Amino acid sequence: MAELRDLYQQVILDHNRNPRHRGRIADATGQATGDNPLCGDRITVFVEVEDGVIRDIGFEGSGCAISTASASLMTSAVLGTTTEQAERLFQAFHSMVVDPAAPVDPKALGKLAVFAGVRGFPARVKCANLAWHTLHAALGSGAGSVSTE
Amino acid sequence: MTGPRQARLGGHSRVAFDVGRVRADFPLLQQTIADGRPLVYLDNAATTQKPRQVIDAISRFYSEDNANIHRGVYDLCERATRLYEGARFTAQRFLGAADAREIVFVRGTTEAVNLVAYSFCRPRLHPGDEVVVSAMEHHSNIVPWQLVCEERGARLRVVPMNGRGELVLEALPDLLGPRTRMLAVTHVSNALGTVNPVKEIVALARTRGVPVLVDGAQALPHLRVDVQDIGCDFYAVSGHKVFGPTGVGVLYGRLPHLEAMPPYQGGGDMIRSVSFEKTTFAAPPARFEAGTPNIAGAVGFAAALEYLDALDWDAVTVHEAELLAHATQALSAIPGVRIIGTAAEKVAVVSFVLEGAHAHDVGTIADEDGVALRTGHHCAQPAMDFLGVPATARASFAFYNTHAEVEALAAAVSRVREVLG
Repeated sequence: MAELRDLYQQVILDHNRNPRHRGRIADATGQATGDNPLCGDRITVFVEVEDGVIRDIGFEGSGCAISTASASLMTSAVLGTTTEQAERLFQAFHSMVVDPAAPVDPKALGKLAVFAGVRGFPARVKCANLAWHTLHAALGSGAGSVSTE
Repeated sequence: MTGPRQARLGGHSRVAFDVGRVRADFPLLQQTIADGRPLVYLDNAATTQKPRQVIDAISRFYSEDNANIHRGVYDLCERATRLYEGARFTAQRFLGAADAREIVFVRGTTEAVNLVAYSFCRPRLHPGDEVVVSAMEHHSNIVPWQLVCEERGARLRVVPMNGRGELVLEALPDLLGPRTRMLAVTHVSNALGTVNPVKEIVALARTRGVPVLVDGAQALPHLRVDVQDIGCDFYAVSGHKVFGPTGVGVLYGRLPHLEAMPPYQGGGDMIRSVSFEKTTFAAPPARFEAGTPNIAGAVGFAAALEYLDALDWDAVTVHEAELLAHATQALSAIPGVRIIGTAAEKVAVVSFVLEGAHAHDVGTIADEDGVALRTGHHCAQPAMDFLGVPATARASFAFYNTHAEVEALAAAVSRVREVLG
């Protein structure tokens, strides 16, 4: 059985207690809302994209420790990157949490590698993914909503 | 007996309940988790575990008695038919129905509600008509009504509830108007544990000529039910919520209603004669049992009802009331815990939130201690929205749960904030 401390790593607990980039941003060029209807997690991601670069990002909503920490770490990771880089990071993150066999590449994922422990808790994968799916929607259409169900 | 039996908690009137003895009947409950601690199964409102008697009945049916029912002339077929129709009589007796023809085997409560919504209610609905449900319904007792209302231009109206999770019955007379064609209400709330005074509700509806469907899925595992005493038109239950198998349930319907209703699905076994010009339908209940039914499921369901029938229900009721009181007290004593659903009449279901922790984190952390809880909105989103909580953790008990398990629950929940830091 997976160990609880693999899931609730210190970095995750810290970002759950003190989420970074929480709140709306002033000049959002895109936003999207995502929810896990079965969990009651709900998050809205705001992005300001200029010349293909994420200049500012914020999120609001409520959710479990995993979804909150994921949103916090995600916003920290993609701020200042190009939208292409952010999408690549999304793919790498997604593969890491859904595929137990996928190697975890700390170089590509940085701090996001702490979510590798989620793989041992299949019911919590969608918690970790919610913010990323929502970011993807915010970058894609400028506005919209997504659901993990 | 329809209401919750009053638990006699004080001193000498206490009825001894040998939980160890009934627990021994449930093989699944004997298992331990990875570190050797016992599994603490507290998700009985989602589904219950099965006693050996049910498992054996299903196994015996497939080992010795399996054949397709009805119409066959050989002995094995007659045996299988007798078992299936015998299960109907068992369900009739257990629910207190006047006639076995009032017992329709379905897949479960959801199908029972859909059957009534489509076959009974839909033809009666005209634009501007109304269907009334309550604020604490499971999605399965909302969505079928919503679908037929939408199709017919009818309106869905809602009996409100208060902050304790009790229906505001004072609002009911105004909601049951000349355009009301149906009232659908749950006997017991799956999310909150509230026991609704269905007999009183049905009595009021009858004075207005409004037929009533009672969702009994969560009531039957905890209360003895008599559909004639309740007086409802329809009562819906699921086998797997009462220690029987999944995929089988019963719709009780008053015979005159069932006789007047068109079929729900077409197929074999529900017809009297078929030609390409005209099909004559069978009488109820066969009319509503198209195709080969879940025969083994019905047999297992009947075995579960017989198991329940053999229990000392006075003792069960006291035991469950004590579990509820214990769990309520133990969880309330944990800093940050708030119980959601504090109705005066409750079965042993405790929904709660923990300040600073999402229900899912509570569930995952409790699971490490082997405590199986349900977390989320419990398919009752409107009720959760009203109570202002996106999700709760829910401990739902059965008669086989113990006070030691309540302690394990409290210990696990106490640990959550420590883990989350």
